[in-house]
Amino acid sequence: MMRKGRFFKWFIGFFLVFLYAPAVLLPVFAFNASSIVSFPLSGFTIEWFLVLFDTETLHVAARNSLLIAVITSVFSTLLAVLAARASTRFSFFGRRSIMGFVMLPMVLPEIIIGVSLLVVIIQMGFELSLWSIIMGHILICTPFCIAILSSAFMNLDKSLEEASFDLGQTRWNTFWLVIFPLVMPGIVASLLIAFTISLDEFIIAFFLAGTEPTLPVYIWGQLRFPAKLPSLMALGTVLLIISIGLLLIADYFRRRGIRKTGIENTGGFL
Amino acid sequence: MVEFQKWRKSESAQGLFLISPTLGFALLLLAVPLIMVVALSFWTQDYLTLDRTFTTANYQAAWTEPMYQYLMARSLKISIFVTASTVFLAYPVAYFISFYVAPKRKAMWIFLITIPFWTSYLMRIFLWKVILGYNGVINGSLTGLGIINEPLSFILYNQNAVVLTLAHAWIPFAILPIFVALERVDRSLIEAAEDLGDSALRRFFRVTLPLSMPGVIAATIIVFIPTIGDYVTPRLVGGPNGLMISNMIELQFKKANNAPLGSALAISAMGIVTFFALAFLWLNRKYVRGPS
Repeated sequence: MMRKGRFFKWFIGFFLVFLYAPAVLLPVFAFNASSIVSFPLSGFTIEWFLVLFDTETLHVAARNSLLIAVITSVFSTLLAVLAARASTRFSFFGRRSIMGFVMLPMVLPEIIIGVSLLVVIIQMGFELSLWSIIMGHILICTPFCIAILSSAFMNLDKSLEEASFDLGQTRWNTFWLVIFPLVMPGIVASLLIAFTISLDEFIIAFFLAGTEPTLPVYIWGQLRFPAKLPSLMALGTVLLIISIGLLLIADYFRRRGIRKTGIENTGGFL
Repeated sequence: MVEFQKWRKSESAQGLFLISPTLGFALLLLAVPLIMVVALSFWTQDYLTLDRTFTTANYQAAWTEPMYQYLMARSLKISIFVTASTVFLAYPVAYFISFYVAPKRKAMWIFLITIPFWTSYLMRIFLWKVILGYNGVINGSLTGLGIINEPLSFILYNQNAVVLTLAHAWIPFAILPIFVALERVDRSLIEAAEDLGDSALRRFFRVTLPLSMPGVIAATIIVFIPTIGDYVTPRLVGGPNGLMISNMIELQFKKANNAPLGSALAISAMGIVTFFALAFLWLNRKYVRGPS
């Protein structure tokens, strides 16, 4: 047994090095004073972060991405609340196939979604704009939101709702006074996850971006220029910190939700 | 009329009504576009004019021209390698978290495994290029330590690099379903096997592994299907011999201005993955008798 335990320790150690290698190197190169992204390191600098403040095109791309991410997170959470509530509370005709279809974008290659939306937009004679990216992002974020919200709605005790009806509340009031506060943490988690996914999504934005780039599309364009790489590392570090911060907040809300419904915490989410 | 009134108040109607916006959105932005891609794949395009007469010429090109055949086979091969290595690497990690980590700390471990996934997708792939490159982290440290004299060239700009980078990107998606399946394995069954004299290895192969098969199958499908459509990894670390089918699809839609051929390639790729995924599920049900 001891021998087996040691094998696992080594294995997990190597695995964590493999897993964290890019995430650890990102800030290392961001603070490295050399303009070439490679070893050996030459010294500490915050110059690359200062460059970010003066790059106007980056600010435009960041604003576009923020706008897209906010709208996407609101709409995909709304759609996901409806789907999660419907599938956990009611049994209706074709529930499994409808849910399967709605969750499909989770496993479809993103390039398929990007290509098919591009075809529709061009065939219908619409212009590519930030809205086309928003539509694509809502489509791919909704399944993730449903996954989070389904567990929030599933943990609801049906008797609370019935008690509210018995006490004479309307369906509408019951939703706002009883159900909504209980699933609120799940909704916050869903908003944050959709925001994070949208902010980082590249392929769909790459296919559907007209003249206005998002942040990942901007990064893709800059990766060709070796001189831009150190400041991209700095940008990547900033994005990493933002993502992890948002995820910690999302996880905090998810745990709070689980505590509220009185169920043992069993794991994280993705 | 009365029938309808009754139906309207039923569970079924309420559920359908509630889900209709989400379903409508998915129909409008997923089903309709996919149908249009299928339609487009049977048409032809000459520069900017679209010829709407039905033809299978695009599929003939996609399935017979050596270049497309070659790219398709390579994409499939890379996907299979990525899936196999990801699942083999993920299983011990999931097993470790499920069987060796204290219940209180499991959530923290799962979180630990998902954090690197939230590094910017593009930067993550680009950093593998930095790690594997000619002057990269691995070559730099190996030459620095005097282990090798010349930089290793087999680790970047080829299919190995694509497999490694994609495996890194998908590993959390493989660990999670396997972990969930392992958590559901009834520990008393393993104890029973132990009491009946099974060795640790036998216990694993006869009890734990079969019971966790649903997780392995889910992980395989979750990794295999999206991997074949990856665009960025082959472009950044694949080099000329590591390009995959999605790079060709993008080329047809953008520079080559042949959307119908691009559509036929995309539909063909999807068809092939679906076929392989279904064949895998069928084989599993037949030989491993794992639950579907």
